[in-house]
Amino acid sequence: MIQPMQKIAIKMLTGDRAKFYGLVFGIVFATFLMAQQVSIFFGIMDRTANQIIDVHEANIWVMDPLVEYVDEVKPLRDIDLQRVRSVQGVQWAVPFFKGFAIMNTPGLSVKQVLLLGVDDATLIGRPPLMSFGQWEDLKLPDSIIIDRAGWDLIWGNEPYKYGKVVEINDIRLIVVGVSNSAAPFATFPIAYTRYSIANRVTMPGRSRMPFILARSATPEQTAQLINKTTGLKALTNVEFQKQTKDYYMHNTGIPVNFGITIVLGFIIGAAIAGQTFFIFVLENLRHFGGLKAFGVTNRQILGMVLTQAAYVAFIGFSLGIGLCTLFFDLTSNILPLRGIFLTWPVVLGTAISVVVIMFLSSVISIRKVLVLDPAIVFRG
Amino acid sequence: MTDNHQGIITHNIIMDFLTGDKNIRILHGIDIAIAAGKLTMLVGPSGSGKTTLLSILAGILTPTQGEVIINGLNITTLPDNDKVLFRRQHIGFIFQQFNLIPTLTVAENVAIPLVARGVDLNIAIPQGNQILEKLGMASNVNKLPKQLSGGQQQRVAIARALIHNPDIIICDEPTAALDAHTGQTVMTILRENALQADRVVLVVTHDTRIYHFSDRIIHLNDGKIDKDETQEEGIS
Repeated sequence: MIQPMQKIAIKMLTGDRAKFYGLVFGIVFATFLMAQQVSIFFGIMDRTANQIIDVHEANIWVMDPLVEYVDEVKPLRDIDLQRVRSVQGVQWAVPFFKGFAIMNTPGLSVKQVLLLGVDDATLIGRPPLMSFGQWEDLKLPDSIIIDRAGWDLIWGNEPYKYGKVVEINDIRLIVVGVSNSAAPFATFPIAYTRYSIANRVTMPGRSRMPFILARSATPEQTAQLINKTTGLKALTNVEFQKQTKDYYMHNTGIPVNFGITIVLGFIIGAAIAGQTFFIFVLENLRHFGGLKAFGVTNRQILGMVLTQAAYVAFIGFSLGIGLCTLFFDLTSNILPLRGIFLTWPVVLGTAISVVVIMFLSSVISIRKVLVLDPAIVFRG
Repeated sequence: MTDNHQGIITHNIIMDFLTGDKNIRILHGIDIAIAAGKLTMLVGPSGSGKTTLLSILAGILTPTQGEVIINGLNITTLPDNDKVLFRRQHIGFIFQQFNLIPTLTVAENVAIPLVARGVDLNIAIPQGNQILEKLGMASNVNKLPKQLSGGQQQRVAIARALIHNPDIIICDEPTAALDAHTGQTVMTILRENALQADRVVLVVTHDTRIYHFSDRIIHLNDGKIDKDETQEEGIS
């Protein structure tokens, strides 16, 4: 419940519109920048593991022991597939191709794509969601599915349709569908085809199997058993996601880059809010002195200043988060930004940051008011 | 006047200030008794110690030596927080520069002494409005201070000083920022509305044009009482 002097405090603050708007702006700026950048950061980091997440059927990934993350490919031997299948606990295991290829659209474009080769028989590793067509059509001869970003890149606003022709290494493939895959970290279009086709179009005559996908009822234990039995690296999909994200966290400048921007948002917001609040208190020092003369206690004065700080924090934070939500809402249909959105932990973390900003902003001002000599009002 | 009498009594008030490494004595043993029901003025040149004495009588400053007894209570020995609460209950202030909060309306400014006690604005404002009506400010209750003239602002300040029915009204140069005619009007209002049988009204001023409003004038010079005159005795 707001005490009467706290109502006076809010009126003192909101009546000085220039200072009030300046304070709110500082908090809105800090909130928006921090929330937006943290969300984009987490979204991009999630993208590093999206190809793992998109494979719903498998819960174990098997790879060369030297592989550290999903974008690092080192071919396994064909025999390794059988070795994995023979490990106790493995319900099934299939090959999974991952690599880059140059896709030529006759008369239109030449694009580098991320090519994923799914198991010929079961199509495990297929796209989780389709925007057009059916994933079962991958069983058709020389078929390929392209993701939405790829379609937009090559054919622009042209409506999705069956039968577009593309070439990889002079081998013609027919587009049979458009997938709604999660965005990859490297913003290449994603193309799905069968494992055998992927091998044929990228390097004819030699099998390239970077990953084996497997499933088990007890994925953690089975992965360890595969490690022990085959000497290969086997990770559950959760472990592999974490390892991939950790690799990008520790081996790229992404965290530092975003970290700098986020810290700058915090500092600038704190500087604007702190300076404006301090000036507000300085300009009202005589009035605070008058209030002390009238018998307003230091405790009440403290409550007033904290109320003013909390009021600004609440309004600024609400507007900032609202703007951030609007930003992600407006950009949700922009393909390069797909999959990036504001989450509750980010909102909570930003709220805590805003509280810290306003606390720091008000603490210097509070001291000035608490030690103020009310006799100041008697000086002309 | 005995220590239990209504009013303010001081015993040997001495006030020293430390400036650098020098101790400067501002007040040199002030003994006065200010009775309720009289408008008393404290006059003197700049630097005579008027404001310092005023601050001590209001409980804002603690003297280096001496006592201040208000309505039988020695406020000098009160803890700081109790002094604040005493002022809240017993003292009303009128300042030279009015000291109205610019972002609050007239009604809200007047209500502050009651709000400081925890009274809700919805209750304090109507009480303040009654006083404003008596002072001819009823039509200005929702205006901001910047929309008022100096005389009007000082009327608001008078209303603020009266709203909590204090025992003591302390006025620091109430007409300094006003022209002669407005100053006369404000003093008339002050005398008619603030002065009561059980209330001390103390005005610090060096405006000779308003001396005739006083019942008593205490002249301060270099931290000492130079002269003490009453209207009956004739004021020079």
